Amino acid sequence: MILVFAETQNGKIKKAAFEAVTYGRKLADQLGVSATAVTFNKPEGVDSLGTYGAHKVISLNNDKLNTSDGQVLSKAISSYATQIGASHVIVSHSSTGKSIAGRLAIQLNAGLVSGVSSLPTDAANGYQKGVFSGKATTKIDILTQVKVLSLMGNSFAPDSSFEAVSVENVEVDALESRVKTIEVKTISGSTPLPEAELVVSAGRGMKGPENWGIIEELAQTIGATTACSRPVADSGWRPHHEHVGQTGVAIRPNLYFAIGISGAIQHLAGVNNSKVIVVINKDPEAPFFKEADYGVVGDLFEVVPRLIAALK
Amino acid sequence: MKILVCVSKTPETTAKISFEGGKTFDKSNVNFIMNPYDEWYALVRGVELASEHSGTVTILNVGTSENDAIIRKGLAIGANDAVRIDTEPRDSLFVAHQIANFVKSDSFDLVLFGKETIDYNGSEVPAMVAELLDQPFISYATGLKIEGQTATIARDIEGGTEVAKVDLPFVASAAKGMAEQKIPNMRGIMMARKKPLKVVAAVDIEAQTQFSSFELPAEKTECKYVDAENMEELVRLLKSEAKVL
Repeated sequence: MILVFAETQNGKIKKAAFEAVTYGRKLADQLGVSATAVTFNKPEGVDSLGTYGAHKVISLNNDKLNTSDGQVLSKAISSYATQIGASHVIVSHSSTGKSIAGRLAIQLNAGLVSGVSSLPTDAANGYQKGVFSGKATTKIDILTQVKVLSLMGNSFAPDSSFEAVSVENVEVDALESRVKTIEVKTISGSTPLPEAELVVSAGRGMKGPENWGIIEELAQTIGATTACSRPVADSGWRPHHEHVGQTGVAIRPNLYFAIGISGAIQHLAGVNNSKVIVVINKDPEAPFFKEADYGVVGDLFEVVPRLIAALK
Repeated sequence: MKILVCVSKTPETTAKISFEGGKTFDKSNVNFIMNPYDEWYALVRGVELASEHSGTVTILNVGTSENDAIIRKGLAIGANDAVRIDTEPRDSLFVAHQIANFVKSDSFDLVLFGKETIDYNGSEVPAMVAELLDQPFISYATGLKIEGQTATIARDIEGGTEVAKVDLPFVASAAKGMAEQKIPNMRGIMMARKKPLKVVAAVDIEAQTQFSSFELPAEKTECKYVDAENMEELVRLLKSEAKVL
Protein backbone atom coordinates (compact mmCIF):
# COMPACT_ATOMS: atom_id res chain seq x y z
CA MET A 1 0.00 0.00 0.00
CA ILE A 2 1.30 3.43 -0.95
CA LEU A 3 0.38 6.51 1.06
CA VAL A 4 0.74 9.94 -0.53
CA PHE A 5 0.49 13.13 1.52
CA ALA A 6 -1.35 15.78 -0.51
CA GLU A 7 -0.18 19.06 0.96
CA THR A 8 -2.00 22.37 0.93
CA GLN A 9 -1.33 26.08 1.02
CA ASN A 10 -4.00 28.58 2.07
CA GLY A 11 -6.51 25.75 2.40
CA LYS A 12 -6.01 24.52 -1.18
CA ILE A 13 -4.34 21.39 -2.51
CA LYS A 14 -1.04 22.40 -4.14
CA LYS A 15 0.08 21.52 -7.65
CA ALA A 16 3.03 19.63 -6.13
CA ALA A 17 0.48 17.42 -4.32
CA PHE A 18 -1.24 16.44 -7.57
CA GLU A 19 2.19 15.48 -8.96
CA ALA A 20 2.88 13.39 -5.85
CA VAL A 21 -0.49 11.62 -6.10
CA THR A 22 0.05 10.69 -9.76
CA TYR A 23 3.59 9.55 -8.91
CA GLY A 24 2.22 7.43 -6.06
CA ARG A 25 -0.36 5.84 -8.37
CA LYS A 26 2.21 4.99 -11.05
CA LEU A 27 4.53 3.50 -8.43
CA ALA A 28 1.58 1.55 -6.99
CA ASP A 29 0.81 0.21 -10.48
CA GLN A 30 4.46 -0.90 -10.85
CA LEU A 31 4.29 -2.72 -7.52
CA GLY A 32 0.77 -4.07 -8.01
CA VAL A 33 -0.60 -2.35 -4.90
CA SER A 34 -3.05 0.49 -4.26
CA ALA A 35 -2.44 4.19 -3.62
CA THR A 36 -4.13 6.20 -0.89
CA ALA A 37 -3.98 10.00 -0.75
CA VAL A 38 -4.15 11.60 2.67
CA THR A 39 -4.80 15.26 3.44
CA PHE A 40 -6.07 17.33 6.36
CA ASN A 41 -9.39 19.04 7.08
CA LYS A 42 -11.05 18.69 3.65
CA PRO A 43 -9.09 21.32 1.70
CA GLU A 44 -10.27 22.85 -1.57
CA GLY A 45 -9.38 20.40 -4.36
CA VAL A 46 -9.67 17.25 -2.21
CA ASP A 47 -12.47 15.93 -4.45
CA SER A 48 -10.12 15.81 -7.45
CA LEU A 49 -7.37 13.73 -5.79
CA GLY A 50 -8.99 10.55 -7.14
CA THR A 51 -8.76 11.83 -10.71
CA TYR A 52 -4.99 12.25 -10.20
CA GLY A 53 -4.70 8.56 -9.40
CA ALA A 54 -5.58 7.91 -5.75
CA HIS A 55 -7.65 4.73 -5.26
CA LYS A 56 -8.72 6.08 -1.90
CA VAL A 57 -8.80 9.62 -0.52
CA ILE A 58 -8.69 10.23 3.22
CA SER A 59 -9.15 13.51 5.01
CA LEU A 60 -7.77 13.37 8.56
CA ASN A 61 -9.70 15.99 10.49
CA ASN A 62 -8.59 17.91 13.55
CA ASP A 63 -8.23 21.70 13.95
CA LYS A 64 -4.74 21.16 15.37
CA LEU A 65 -3.70 20.01 11.87
CA ASN A 66 -4.21 23.54 10.51
CA THR A 67 -0.51 24.26 10.97
CA SER A 68 2.71 24.17 9.00
CA ASP A 69 4.51 22.54 11.96
CA GLY A 70 6.19 19.44 10.58
CA GLN A 71 6.12 17.68 13.93
CA VAL A 72 2.31 17.78 14.15
CA LEU A 73 1.79 16.95 10.46
CA SER A 74 4.34 14.12 10.31
CA LYS A 75 2.90 12.46 13.41
CA ALA A 76 -0.61 12.41 11.91
CA ILE A 77 0.73 11.01 8.61
CA SER A 78 2.93 8.34 10.18
CA SER A 79 0.18 7.19 12.57
CA TYR A 80 -2.13 6.69 9.63
CA ALA A 81 0.63 5.04 7.56
CA THR A 82 1.24 2.55 10.38
CA GLN A 83 -2.49 1.92 10.78
CA ILE A 84 -2.92 0.94 7.10
CA GLY A 85 0.47 -0.77 6.86
CA ALA A 86 1.86 1.52 4.15
CA SER A 87 5.05 0.29 2.46
CA HIS A 88 5.86 3.67 0.87
CA VAL A 89 5.03 7.16 2.10
CA ILE A 90 5.38 9.91 -0.49
CA VAL A 91 5.49 13.65 0.21
CA SER A 92 6.44 16.67 -1.92
CA HIS A 93 10.00 18.03 -1.75
CA SER A 94 8.60 21.44 -0.76
CA SER A 95 8.98 23.71 2.24
CA THR A 96 6.42 21.57 4.09
CA GLY A 97 7.84 18.30 2.76
CA LYS A 98 11.35 19.22 3.89
CA SER A 99 10.09 19.72 7.44
CA ILE A 100 8.30 16.37 7.56
CA ALA A 101 10.21 13.83 5.41
CA GLY A 102 13.08 13.42 7.86
CA ARG A 103 10.66 13.10 10.77
CA LEU A 104 8.61 10.46 8.92
CA ALA A 105 11.79 8.46 8.31
CA ILE A 106 12.52 8.37 12.05
CA GLN A 107 8.91 7.73 13.10
CA LEU A 108 8.47 4.88 10.62
CA ASN A 109 12.02 3.52 10.95
CA ALA A 110 12.21 3.98 7.19
CA GLY A 111 14.95 4.88 4.75
CA LEU A 112 14.43 8.23 3.02
CA VAL A 113 15.29 9.48 -0.44
CA SER A 114 14.49 13.18 -0.85
CA GLY A 115 14.07 15.06 -4.11
CA VAL A 116 13.22 11.97 -6.18
CA SER A 117 12.80 12.94 -9.84
CA SER A 118 11.44 9.82 -11.59
CA LEU A 119 9.90 6.40 -11.11
CA PRO A 120 12.39 3.66 -10.25
CA THR A 121 13.44 1.65 -13.31
CA ASP A 122 13.51 -1.51 -11.24
CA ALA A 123 10.20 -1.45 -9.36
CA ALA A 124 11.77 -2.65 -6.14
CA ASN A 125 14.42 0.04 -5.69
CA GLY A 126 16.83 2.53 -7.27
CA TYR A 127 15.21 5.91 -6.67
CA GLN A 128 16.71 8.56 -8.91
CA LYS A 129 17.53 12.07 -7.74
CA GLY A 130 19.77 14.98 -8.73
CA VAL A 131 22.97 15.47 -6.72
CA PHE A 132 25.93 17.87 -6.70
CA SER A 133 23.54 20.77 -7.37
CA GLY A 134 22.43 19.47 -10.75
CA LYS A 135 25.85 18.26 -11.92
CA ALA A 136 24.92 14.56 -11.64
CA THR A 137 22.15 12.12 -10.83
CA THR A 138 22.22 9.10 -8.61
CA LYS A 139 20.15 6.02 -7.91
CA ILE A 140 19.65 5.17 -4.27
CA ASP A 141 18.46 1.86 -2.84
CA ILE A 142 16.42 1.98 0.34
CA LEU A 143 17.31 -0.95 2.58
CA THR A 144 14.34 -0.81 4.94
CA GLN A 145 10.92 -2.38 4.58
CA VAL A 146 9.09 0.95 4.80
CA LYS A 147 10.31 3.66 2.43
CA VAL A 148 9.83 7.42 2.51
CA LEU A 149 10.22 9.47 -0.67
CA SER A 150 9.93 13.19 -1.33
CA LEU A 151 9.15 14.10 -4.92
CA MET A 152 10.94 17.01 -6.59
CA GLY A 153 8.47 19.60 -7.90
CA ASN A 154 7.92 19.88 -11.67
CA SER A 155 9.72 16.60 -12.29
CA PHE A 156 6.68 14.37 -12.76
CA ALA A 157 3.63 15.40 -14.78
CA PRO A 158 0.31 15.17 -12.94
CA ASP A 159 -2.24 13.05 -14.82
CA SER A 160 -5.92 13.71 -14.10
CA SER A 161 -7.38 10.97 -16.29
CA PHE A 162 -8.23 8.61 -13.42
CA GLU A 163 -11.64 8.05 -11.89
CA ALA A 164 -12.90 10.36 -9.17
CA VAL A 165 -13.38 8.78 -5.74
CA SER A 166 -15.31 10.09 -2.77
CA VAL A 167 -13.47 11.48 0.23
CA GLU A 168 -13.51 9.50 3.45
CA ASN A 169 -13.40 11.64 6.60
CA VAL A 170 -11.53 10.36 9.64
CA GLU A 171 -11.51 12.25 12.94
CA VAL A 172 -8.05 11.90 14.49
CA ASP A 173 -6.01 13.02 17.48
CA ALA A 174 -3.16 15.42 16.88
CA LEU A 175 -0.25 16.90 18.81
CA GLU A 176 -0.37 20.45 20.12
CA SER A 177 2.00 22.55 18.00
CA ARG A 178 4.90 24.29 19.72
CA VAL A 179 5.34 26.61 16.72
CA LYS A 180 2.97 29.60 16.62
CA THR A 181 2.59 31.09 13.16
CA ILE A 182 2.12 34.84 13.46
CA GLU A 183 2.23 35.94 9.83
CA VAL A 184 2.07 34.41 6.34
CA LYS A 185 2.87 36.56 3.33
CA THR A 186 2.35 35.10 -0.12
CA ILE A 187 2.71 36.85 -3.42
CA SER A 188 -0.61 36.93 -5.19
CA GLY A 189 -1.02 36.76 -8.95
CA SER A 190 1.55 34.55 -10.63
CA THR A 191 2.40 30.91 -9.90
CA PRO A 192 5.11 30.57 -7.20
CA LEU A 193 8.54 29.99 -8.78
CA PRO A 194 9.06 26.40 -7.57
CA GLU A 195 5.79 25.40 -9.27
CA ALA A 196 6.05 27.60 -12.38
CA GLU A 197 6.30 25.86 -15.77
CA LEU A 198 7.31 29.02 -17.61
CA VAL A 199 9.85 31.44 -16.12
CA VAL A 200 11.18 34.73 -17.49
CA SER A 201 14.37 35.70 -15.66
CA ALA A 202 16.60 38.73 -16.08
CA GLY A 203 19.98 39.87 -14.81
CA ARG A 204 22.37 42.78 -14.62
CA GLY A 205 22.09 43.31 -18.37
CA MET A 206 18.82 45.11 -17.57
CA LYS A 207 20.93 48.04 -16.27
CA GLY A 208 18.36 49.10 -13.63
CA PRO A 209 15.03 48.25 -11.98
CA GLU A 210 13.22 50.91 -14.03
CA ASN A 211 13.68 48.77 -17.16
CA TRP A 212 11.78 45.70 -15.87
CA GLY A 213 8.59 46.63 -17.73
CA ILE A 214 9.55 44.55 -20.78
CA ILE A 215 10.34 41.53 -18.60
CA GLU A 216 6.97 41.73 -16.86
CA GLU A 217 5.22 42.22 -20.19
CA LEU A 218 6.96 39.18 -21.70
CA ALA A 219 6.02 37.12 -18.64
CA GLN A 220 2.39 38.26 -18.82
CA THR A 221 2.19 37.51 -22.53
CA ILE A 222 3.00 33.82 -21.99
CA GLY A 223 1.67 33.46 -18.44
CA ALA A 224 5.13 33.04 -16.92
CA THR A 225 6.53 33.86 -13.47
CA THR A 226 9.33 36.45 -13.28
CA ALA A 227 12.69 35.67 -11.70
CA CYS A 228 16.11 37.30 -11.44
CA SER A 229 19.79 36.62 -10.84
CA ARG A 230 21.56 37.09 -7.52
CA PRO A 231 23.21 40.50 -8.20
CA VAL A 232 19.80 41.87 -9.17
CA ALA A 233 18.19 40.71 -5.91
CA ASP A 234 21.21 41.80 -3.85
CA SER A 235 21.07 45.30 -5.34
CA GLY A 236 17.41 45.50 -4.39
CA TRP A 237 16.31 45.90 -8.03
CA ARG A 238 13.91 42.99 -7.53
CA PRO A 239 12.47 41.30 -4.43
CA HIS A 240 14.47 38.52 -2.76
CA HIS A 241 11.86 35.83 -3.51
CA GLU A 242 12.52 36.23 -7.27
CA HIS A 243 16.18 35.21 -6.91
CA VAL A 244 16.85 31.87 -8.62
CA GLY A 245 20.18 30.06 -8.38
CA GLN A 246 22.12 28.11 -5.82
CA THR A 247 21.53 30.46 -2.90
CA GLY A 248 18.06 31.44 -4.07
CA VAL A 249 15.24 29.24 -5.29
CA ALA A 250 16.12 26.12 -7.32
CA ILE A 251 13.64 25.64 -10.15
CA ARG A 252 12.95 23.20 -12.98
CA PRO A 253 10.41 24.80 -15.32
CA ASN A 254 9.61 23.60 -18.84
CA LEU A 255 10.91 26.86 -20.28
CA TYR A 256 13.46 29.26 -18.77
CA PHE A 257 14.23 32.59 -20.44
CA ALA A 258 17.59 33.98 -19.25
CA ILE A 259 17.77 37.60 -20.32
CA GLY A 260 20.91 39.62 -19.70
CA ILE A 261 22.29 36.93 -17.35
CA SER A 262 25.88 35.81 -17.99
CA GLY A 263 25.39 32.33 -16.50
CA ALA A 264 27.72 31.99 -13.50
CA ILE A 265 27.99 28.43 -12.20
CA GLN A 266 26.10 29.37 -9.02
CA HIS A 267 23.19 30.61 -11.13
CA LEU A 268 23.24 27.51 -13.35
CA ALA A 269 23.11 25.25 -10.27
CA GLY A 270 19.62 26.53 -9.57
CA VAL A 271 18.23 26.43 -13.12
CA ASN A 272 20.12 23.69 -14.99
CA ASN A 273 17.22 21.27 -14.62
CA SER A 274 14.97 23.48 -16.76
CA LYS A 275 13.76 21.47 -19.74
CA VAL A 276 14.36 24.20 -22.34
CA ILE A 277 16.65 27.21 -21.81
CA VAL A 278 16.54 30.31 -24.03
CA VAL A 279 19.41 32.77 -23.55
CA ILE A 280 19.25 36.36 -24.77
CA ASN A 281 22.52 38.22 -24.31
CA LYS A 282 24.50 40.79 -26.29
CA ASP A 283 27.79 39.07 -25.38
CA PRO A 284 28.29 36.04 -27.65
CA GLU A 285 30.91 34.75 -25.16
CA ALA A 286 28.45 34.63 -22.22
CA PRO A 287 28.91 31.19 -20.57
CA PHE A 288 25.14 30.72 -20.44
CA PHE A 289 25.05 29.97 -24.20
CA LYS A 290 26.84 26.67 -23.49
CA GLU A 291 23.83 25.59 -21.41
CA ALA A 292 21.22 27.04 -23.77
CA ASP A 293 18.92 25.18 -26.14
CA TYR A 294 18.18 28.38 -28.05
CA GLY A 295 20.33 31.49 -28.10
CA VAL A 296 19.83 35.02 -29.34
CA VAL A 297 22.86 37.29 -29.53
CA GLY A 298 21.61 40.85 -29.43
CA ASP A 299 20.60 43.89 -27.41
CA LEU A 300 17.87 42.74 -25.06
CA PHE A 301 16.18 46.17 -25.20
CA GLU A 302 15.50 45.49 -28.90
CA VAL A 303 15.13 41.70 -28.84
CA VAL A 304 12.60 41.42 -25.98
CA PRO A 305 10.04 43.90 -27.45
CA ARG A 306 10.40 42.07 -30.79
CA LEU A 307 9.80 38.76 -29.04
CA ILE A 308 6.69 40.14 -27.28
CA ALA A 309 5.36 41.39 -30.64
CA ALA A 310 6.00 37.99 -32.26
CA LEU A 311 4.21 36.20 -29.39
CA LYS A 312 1.21 38.49 -29.67
CA MET B 1 22.92 30.66 25.50
CA LYS B 2 24.57 27.60 23.99
CA ILE B 3 24.36 27.27 20.22
CA LEU B 4 25.41 24.25 18.20
CA VAL B 5 26.13 24.73 14.50
CA CYS B 6 26.41 21.52 12.47
CA VAL B 7 28.70 21.84 9.47
CA SER B 8 29.32 19.49 6.59
CA LYS B 9 32.18 19.15 4.13
CA THR B 10 31.29 19.51 0.44
CA PRO B 11 33.14 19.85 -2.86
CA GLU B 12 33.58 23.52 -3.76
CA THR B 13 30.83 25.01 -5.90
CA THR B 14 32.86 25.04 -9.12
CA ALA B 15 34.37 21.55 -8.68
CA LYS B 16 34.23 19.21 -11.64
CA ILE B 17 32.34 16.09 -10.60
CA SER B 18 33.29 12.59 -11.80
CA PHE B 19 32.70 9.02 -10.69
CA GLU B 20 34.79 5.87 -10.56
CA GLY B 21 33.05 3.22 -12.62
CA GLY B 22 29.73 5.03 -12.11
CA LYS B 23 29.69 3.77 -8.54
CA THR B 24 31.64 6.10 -6.28
CA PHE B 25 32.36 9.82 -6.26
CA ASP B 26 35.95 10.45 -7.35
CA LYS B 27 37.43 12.71 -4.67
CA SER B 28 40.86 13.08 -6.24
CA ASN B 29 41.53 16.58 -7.62
CA VAL B 30 38.47 17.95 -5.81
CA ASN B 31 38.82 20.86 -3.41
CA PHE B 32 36.61 20.58 -0.35
CA ILE B 33 35.06 23.44 1.57
CA MET B 34 32.61 23.95 4.41
CA ASN B 35 29.12 23.59 2.95
CA PRO B 36 28.35 27.23 2.00
CA TYR B 37 24.89 27.35 3.63
CA ASP B 38 26.31 25.97 6.89
CA GLU B 39 29.03 28.61 6.82
CA TRP B 40 27.41 31.77 5.44
CA TYR B 41 24.03 31.47 7.08
CA ALA B 42 24.01 29.06 10.02
CA LEU B 43 27.48 29.67 11.47
CA VAL B 44 27.60 33.42 10.92
CA ARG B 45 24.13 33.92 12.43
CA GLY B 46 25.06 31.59 15.30
CA VAL B 47 28.15 33.69 16.06
CA GLU B 48 26.10 36.91 15.91
CA LEU B 49 23.45 35.52 18.26
CA ALA B 50 26.09 34.27 20.69
CA SER B 51 27.63 37.71 20.83
CA GLU B 52 24.20 39.40 21.34
CA HIS B 53 23.24 37.03 24.14
CA SER B 54 26.68 36.41 25.76
CA GLY B 55 26.50 32.82 24.60
CA THR B 56 28.82 30.33 22.95
CA VAL B 57 28.93 28.58 19.59
CA THR B 58 30.12 25.01 19.24
CA ILE B 59 30.80 23.58 15.77
CA LEU B 60 29.88 19.95 15.21
CA ASN B 61 31.09 17.89 12.28
CA VAL B 62 30.62 14.21 11.56
CA GLY B 63 33.69 13.07 9.64
CA THR B 64 37.31 12.03 9.62
CA SER B 65 40.44 14.06 10.42
CA GLU B 66 40.46 15.22 6.79
CA ASN B 67 37.78 17.69 7.88
CA ASP B 68 39.86 19.44 10.52
CA ALA B 69 40.93 22.28 8.20
CA ILE B 70 37.29 23.09 7.52
CA ILE B 71 36.46 22.98 11.23
CA ARG B 72 39.38 25.36 11.95
CA LYS B 73 37.93 27.79 9.41
CA GLY B 74 34.68 27.75 11.36
CA LEU B 75 36.58 28.51 14.54
CA ALA B 76 38.30 31.39 12.73
CA ILE B 77 34.89 32.80 11.78
CA GLY B 78 34.09 33.00 15.48
CA ALA B 79 32.92 29.71 17.00
CA ASN B 80 34.27 29.06 20.51
CA ASP B 81 35.05 25.39 20.22
CA ALA B 82 34.45 22.38 18.00
CA VAL B 83 33.61 18.71 18.22
CA ARG B 84 34.25 16.17 15.50
CA ILE B 85 32.54 12.80 15.66
CA ASP B 86 35.19 10.60 14.21
CA THR B 87 33.60 8.45 11.51
CA GLU B 88 32.93 8.28 7.78
CA PRO B 89 29.27 9.34 7.26
CA ARG B 90 27.13 6.52 5.82
CA ASP B 91 23.79 8.18 5.14
CA SER B 92 21.64 10.99 6.49
CA LEU B 93 20.04 8.86 9.19
CA PHE B 94 23.46 7.77 10.39
CA VAL B 95 24.61 11.40 10.62
CA ALA B 96 21.38 12.50 12.32
CA HIS B 97 21.82 9.86 15.03
CA GLN B 98 25.42 10.96 15.66
CA ILE B 99 24.33 14.59 16.04
CA ALA B 100 21.29 13.84 18.20
CA ASN B 101 23.34 11.55 20.41
CA PHE B 102 25.88 14.34 20.96
CA VAL B 103 23.20 16.96 21.69
CA LYS B 104 21.64 14.65 24.30
CA SER B 105 25.02 14.31 26.02
CA ASP B 106 25.22 18.09 26.45
CA SER B 107 22.41 20.62 26.25
CA PHE B 108 22.02 23.28 23.61
CA ASP B 109 19.43 26.04 23.32
CA LEU B 110 19.61 26.10 19.56
CA VAL B 111 20.87 23.68 16.88
CA LEU B 112 21.52 25.27 13.47
CA PHE B 113 22.18 23.75 10.03
CA GLY B 114 22.46 25.13 6.49
CA LYS B 115 19.33 24.62 4.37
CA GLU B 116 20.91 21.71 2.48
CA THR B 117 24.35 20.51 1.42
CA ILE B 118 25.47 21.34 -2.10
CA ASP B 119 26.53 17.73 -2.77
CA TYR B 120 23.57 15.52 -1.84
CA ASN B 121 20.94 18.28 -1.81
CA GLY B 122 18.76 16.37 0.62
CA SER B 123 17.64 18.67 3.46
CA GLU B 124 17.16 15.44 5.39
CA VAL B 125 19.35 15.61 8.49
CA PRO B 126 17.90 18.68 10.31
CA ALA B 127 14.34 17.31 10.49
CA MET B 128 15.66 13.91 11.57
CA VAL B 129 17.69 15.49 14.38
CA ALA B 130 14.66 17.51 15.53
CA GLU B 131 12.59 14.34 15.61
CA LEU B 132 15.23 12.40 17.54
CA LEU B 133 15.43 15.25 20.07
CA ASP B 134 11.64 15.79 20.18
CA GLN B 135 12.16 19.48 19.39
CA PRO B 136 10.43 21.89 17.01
CA PHE B 137 12.13 22.38 13.62
CA ILE B 138 11.99 25.38 11.32
CA SER B 139 13.29 24.80 7.79
CA TYR B 140 14.79 27.40 5.44
CA ALA B 141 14.92 30.16 8.05
CA THR B 142 15.67 33.57 6.56
CA GLY B 143 15.65 35.56 9.81
CA LEU B 144 16.04 34.65 13.46
CA LYS B 145 15.76 36.87 16.54
CA ILE B 146 15.76 35.71 20.14
CA GLU B 147 14.30 37.53 23.14
CA GLY B 148 14.44 35.72 26.45
CA GLN B 149 13.39 32.14 25.79
CA THR B 150 11.40 32.91 22.63
CA ALA B 151 12.60 33.14 19.04
CA THR B 152 10.87 34.96 16.19
CA ILE B 153 11.79 33.19 13.01
CA ALA B 154 11.00 33.88 9.36
CA ARG B 155 11.15 31.11 6.78
CA ASP B 156 10.77 30.72 3.03
CA ILE B 157 7.62 28.99 1.82
CA GLU B 158 6.50 28.56 -1.80
CA GLY B 159 5.98 32.05 -3.17
CA GLY B 160 6.26 33.84 0.15
CA THR B 161 7.41 33.90 3.74
CA GLU B 162 6.02 32.73 7.06
CA VAL B 163 6.88 34.18 10.46
CA ALA B 164 6.52 32.08 13.61
CA LYS B 165 7.32 32.19 17.30
CA VAL B 166 8.90 29.21 18.98
CA ASP B 167 10.46 28.67 22.40
CA LEU B 168 14.03 27.45 22.89
CA PRO B 169 15.34 24.82 22.47
CA PHE B 170 14.69 24.09 18.80
CA VAL B 171 16.36 23.11 15.52
CA ALA B 172 16.50 25.33 12.42
CA SER B 173 18.04 25.22 8.95
CA ALA B 174 19.30 28.50 7.55
CA ALA B 175 18.83 30.02 4.08
CA LYS B 176 19.81 33.28 2.39
CA GLY B 177 18.81 36.28 4.45
CA MET B 178 19.86 34.84 7.83
CA ALA B 179 23.28 36.47 7.72
CA GLU B 180 25.96 37.75 5.38
CA GLN B 181 29.05 35.76 4.49
CA LYS B 182 31.97 36.63 6.78
CA ILE B 183 35.62 36.26 5.75
CA PRO B 184 37.78 35.29 8.73
CA ASN B 185 40.45 37.87 9.58
CA MET B 186 44.07 37.16 10.55
CA ARG B 187 43.34 37.49 14.27
CA GLY B 188 40.50 34.99 13.95
CA ILE B 189 42.73 32.55 12.08
CA MET B 190 45.47 32.85 14.71
CA MET B 191 43.00 32.40 17.57
CA ALA B 192 41.39 29.41 15.87
CA ARG B 193 44.60 27.43 16.22
CA LYS B 194 44.32 27.56 20.01
CA LYS B 195 40.60 26.84 20.28
CA PRO B 196 39.64 23.35 21.43
CA LEU B 197 38.69 20.73 18.83
CA LYS B 198 37.49 17.64 20.62
CA VAL B 199 37.31 14.32 18.81
CA VAL B 200 34.68 11.87 20.03
CA ALA B 201 33.78 8.34 19.01
CA ALA B 202 30.75 7.60 16.85
CA VAL B 203 27.77 5.48 17.82
CA ASP B 204 27.12 2.40 15.73
CA ILE B 205 24.12 2.90 13.46
CA GLU B 206 23.15 0.86 10.38
CA ALA B 207 22.73 2.81 7.15
CA GLN B 208 19.21 2.62 5.71
CA THR B 209 20.04 3.74 2.18
CA GLN B 210 22.91 3.19 -0.23
CA PHE B 211 23.96 4.73 -3.53
CA SER B 212 23.68 2.16 -6.28
CA SER B 213 25.01 4.29 -9.16
CA PHE B 214 25.88 7.80 -10.31
CA GLU B 215 25.46 9.35 -13.73
CA LEU B 216 26.60 12.57 -15.35
CA PRO B 217 23.93 14.40 -17.35
CA ALA B 218 23.85 13.81 -21.10
CA GLU B 219 25.99 16.32 -23.01
CA LYS B 220 23.94 19.41 -23.71
CA THR B 221 23.09 19.58 -27.39
CA GLU B 222 24.61 22.50 -29.26
CA CYS B 223 22.78 25.80 -28.72
CA LYS B 224 20.62 26.69 -31.69
CA TYR B 225 21.14 30.37 -32.50
CA VAL B 226 18.26 32.47 -33.77
CA ASP B 227 18.81 35.77 -35.56
CA ALA B 228 18.04 38.72 -33.27
CA GLU B 229 15.89 40.26 -36.03
CA ASN B 230 13.76 37.13 -36.40
CA MET B 231 11.82 36.53 -33.17
CA GLU B 232 8.98 34.92 -35.17
CA GLU B 233 11.42 32.07 -35.78
CA LEU B 234 12.18 31.72 -32.05
CA VAL B 235 8.45 31.60 -31.26
CA ARG B 236 7.97 28.98 -33.99
CA LEU B 237 10.80 26.83 -32.59
CA LEU B 238 9.47 27.06 -29.03
CA LYS B 239 5.98 26.10 -30.20
CA SER B 240 6.61 23.41 -32.78
CA GLU B 241 10.09 22.04 -32.04
CA ALA B 242 10.51 22.35 -28.26
CA LYS B 243 6.72 22.31 -27.68
CA VAL B 244 6.97 24.37 -24.53
CA LEU B 245 4.62 27.21 -25.53
